[in-house]
Order: sequence, then structure tokens, then C-alpha cells
Amino acid sequence: MTAIHIDNLDVSYGETQITHGVSIDVEEGGSFALVGESGSGKSTVLKAIAGLAPEWRGTIEIFGRPRSHGIDPDFARTCQMVFQDPYGSLHPRKTVDATLMEPLNIQGLSDHNERIAAILKDVGLDNRFRFRYPHQLSGGQRQRVAIARALIVEPKVLLLDEPTSALDVSVQAEILNLLKRLRRERGLTYLMVTHNLPIVSFLCDRLAVMRGGRIVETAGAENLKQGHLQNEYSRELLALSAPPAV
Amino acid sequence: MAFTDMRSWLLDESPASRSQARWGRIFRISLAFRSNTLAMVGLVIVLALIAMAAFAPWIATHDPIAQDTYARLRPPSAANWMGTDELGRDIWSRVVFGARITLAIVILVAALAAPAGLLIGATAGYLGGWVDRVLMGITDIFLSMPKLILALALVAALGPGIENAILAIAVTSWPSYARIARAETLTFKNADFIAASRLQGASSWRIVVGHILPLCTSSMIVRVTLDMAGIILTAAGLGFIGLGAQPPLPEWGAMIARGRTFILDQWWVATMPGFAIITVSLGFCFLGDGLRDVLDPKSGEKH
Repeated sequence: MTAIHIDNLDVSYGETQITHGVSIDVEEGGSFALVGESGSGKSTVLKAIAGLAPEWRGTIEIFGRPRSHGIDPDFARTCQMVFQDPYGSLHPRKTVDATLMEPLNIQGLSDHNERIAAILKDVGLDNRFRFRYPHQLSGGQRQRVAIARALIVEPKVLLLDEPTSALDVSVQAEILNLLKRLRRERGLTYLMVTHNLPIVSFLCDRLAVMRGGRIVETAGAENLKQGHLQNEYSRELLALSAPPAV
Repeated sequence: MAFTDMRSWLLDESPASRSQARWGRIFRISLAFRSNTLAMVGLVIVLALIAMAAFAPWIATHDPIAQDTYARLRPPSAANWMGTDELGRDIWSRVVFGARITLAIVILVAALAAPAGLLIGATAGYLGGWVDRVLMGITDIFLSMPKLILALALVAALGPGIENAILAIAVTSWPSYARIARAETLTFKNADFIAASRLQGASSWRIVVGHILPLCTSSMIVRVTLDMAGIILTAAGLGFIGLGAQPPLPEWGAMIARGRTFILDQWWVATMPGFAIITVSLGFCFLGDGLRDVLDPKSGEKH
């Protein structure tokens, strides 16, 4: 089944049109990457799906259901998002516990204590972090909290907006391993935005290369690993991210 | 032993419960506050004012409204610590009972104006669009009028008296709080943590009350404390021109107004309540400055 179906998507911010005719399909349980340089419109696609960029034309369907332009609590149960900067995505005056309690209250889920304890264990955070404030946590721990917040309502689709680019390299690896394990265990579908091609080959099975708001190429991750990208711009991007020859 | 246990419980990096986390945060703020001498002076003055108001009948040496025409306009002495006024009433006792009125004015104005301003400003800032334009338009109309003149007009319309003075001061002071709250809201509005709770389906009301207001409150507490001095002075000003507290209520501003007639020969009648006003205003200013140092979000997210 197709988890995310996007056809001919044009997103605008006011007068400015950001994306032009973007079409992608992500299978259920798949992991799809949108890559491209800054300003290529990749994050905007994510925001349109999430409902944070309400001005769009075209089709967005999640599990066959057309997406509205706003945000509704039902949709929140299906699809959640993890943001790029873990320092900005947690409320500075709320403990981890309070942050995780919020979605449970909104969705009217019961067993708060058990659910919070379980999700903290699942994202690899010890229970002693539960009543800390964000300023008492490291960047990696904060990102784990952000992932826990997204997953606590048990969504099927996770939108990841450069989830590791604000973190140290060693912490990046931990978070990527965590995301990989969670996807396997929970059967999640990922749509990830990144400019880091090694991350794509590690975590994703398909990718689309974006430039100037258009998709220039869609390919499988194995093509990326073997360096078999068709489009000239994609190859350029690949060459830029390759480790320098010694 | 019990004390050190308590301290380590409060400063625990890994609190075990919601309440421990909350008390720990309060304790950290109070530790930072305690190291600020001027702020502590302010706190002591404000606490003294509260104690004076609470225990006025025991602190005062005379009945504040009992007249004794044989003992009028006596200079400060052992029997009348601050002298007596033109009706022979003991000024010290009147100043002590006046603390009640001052405190009532300050608390009521803060309780009326601050939440109203906070809610209006945060709503306008978060919702934006026409809601913002309408609410801020109203705010600007109120802001464009001089505070004391507006208060004067209101009291004149409602009739003189302490309750109307409080109402008038509250009506004139909420717009500046609304402005601050709106400005603060605009800085947080597009933060990722707000977007995250929107994605969880949180209503605008939940976001404004649950996420935005807690971030505005610390700057609001600072602002209100700093404004307290102004509120006291406005109330005293209204009292001075006879539109605030009515005789025989021992309101400090009204007392100065009565003493004005004798200011050259019987200086203590006007000076003593004046001292009280200055001391309390200074106390609130120091306290507000100290609170700003420990609470202001711009000085870092340490607490």
C-alpha cells in the first residue's frame, strides 16, 4: 500500500511559489529521502504534508486519504514530524515528562505513566531524565525526546526534517541507529529531508533529488551506493559529498 | 543534616517526580536571587509592607481615625513617633494602616491588569490577522492617552473613591502589558516547539495558555513589579487631588495633600507619608530589578 502519495504539488508562501509539480510515492514501511541543496524546497514539501505550509495545490494523500490544508487531531495520530534543531523544538520551560504528556492529553489517551515510561525506554533514555528540563539535556538527548514526542501517539508516518544535522558526528550515528531500529520495530514509514547522501544510503531505500523546487531525479538507494545516478546535477551532488581522495 | 538532605533533594539533576522538578527550579531561582543585595533590600521592604498591613492593629500605637483636637499638629515625640496631623490623629498609626490601602491597590491592580493584558497580547500575537489588528488597535487607543489623565477622567465619571481609583488604574495599565505580551509571543510564535504542538493537534487556546503564556509570565512579573512603584504613585496622585481614597481613610497620597497646607511650619505632616511612599516605591523597584536578573528569558535559559 502507498503510505504517502504526492502528485503535482505546488507550494507557495504568499506570492512566491516554492515547489513546482513535485510528485513522489512512498510505500508503507518504506524510507524515502528528499535531497538537495538549501532552498531547493525539500523542507517545504514536508511542511505542506504536515500542514504547516497551508498554501498548496495538487494532491497529497496519506494512506489513500486526501490531506486537508490545515492540521487536525486525527491526522496527528497518523503522521508526526521530527524537527531539525533539537534546541528549538522543545519547550524551554517544560520537563521531558510534561512535553510527552501534552500529546497524550490532546489525543485523550490513557495510561500516561506507562506510555511515557515505555516510550522513553524505546528511544533509549533512562528514567532519570524524565523530570529534567531541556537545558539539562544534551543535543542528542533532546533529539531523542523529540522523537519520543512524535512516536508517543503511535503514528504510522514520520516526517524527518534533517534530524541529525544539528548534532555532533558521534551523536548523529546514535540517532540514525535509533531511527533505523524504530522503523524496523514499529513498521514506520519515513519521509526524510537531508543534504547528507551517506545518511540516505544508510537509512533510506529510495531518494528524490530536488533542485529549484523541482524533482530532477528519483532513484533507488542502491543506485546511489553504486554511483549510478542519471541526472548530471545528482552526480555533481554525489561527487561533492564523496570523501576526498587521499 | 536534614537541611543538607533537603538541599541535595532540591538540586538533584535527575528529579524523580513532577513536584521535585518544580521545587528544584524555584530553589535555583531563589539561590540566584539571594546573591543580589539590592534585590534582597527590596524584598525586605516589600515583606515589611506586607507585615505592616497584616499586623496593623498591633503595630500602630493609636487609632488611625481617632481625633484629638487638643493634640493637633504636634511634632514627632515619644508619644507620637511621627507627630500628629491637623485633627490630632497619630501620623505613625495612619501610615501603618495606610499600608493596607497601598497593598490592596497594588495587588488588585496587578491582579486585574496583568492577566488581562497578558491574555489580550498573547492572543493578538499568536492569532495575528484581523484579531491582532482589532485588539492592538484598542490597546493603542488606550496607550495614546496619558495614564493619569485617563485615570482622572474615569474616576471623575465613576465617582471618587478607592475602588474606582483601583479600577481606573487597572484600566490604564493593561495596555502596556498587552504590548509586551504580544512582542514576546511574536518571538516564540514560529518556534519549532509551537509547530510541534500544533502538529499534535493542539488548539490555539491550548497553545496560547499552555505554551506561550508560561514563557511570557517571567517578563510580566518583572514588568508588573517595576510598575508597582508607578501604581502607588498614581494612586497617591489621585488621593492627592481628592479623587482617590476619601477621608477619613489613611491613604498616603491623601495624607500628603492634607499636609500641604502646613508644609512650612509643620513639615512632618506631609513628609512622613511621603517617606512611606518613597520607601515602598524603591522597594518594589529593587525587587523588580532583582527579579529581572533571575527571571528574564533574555538573560539566558539557565533556570
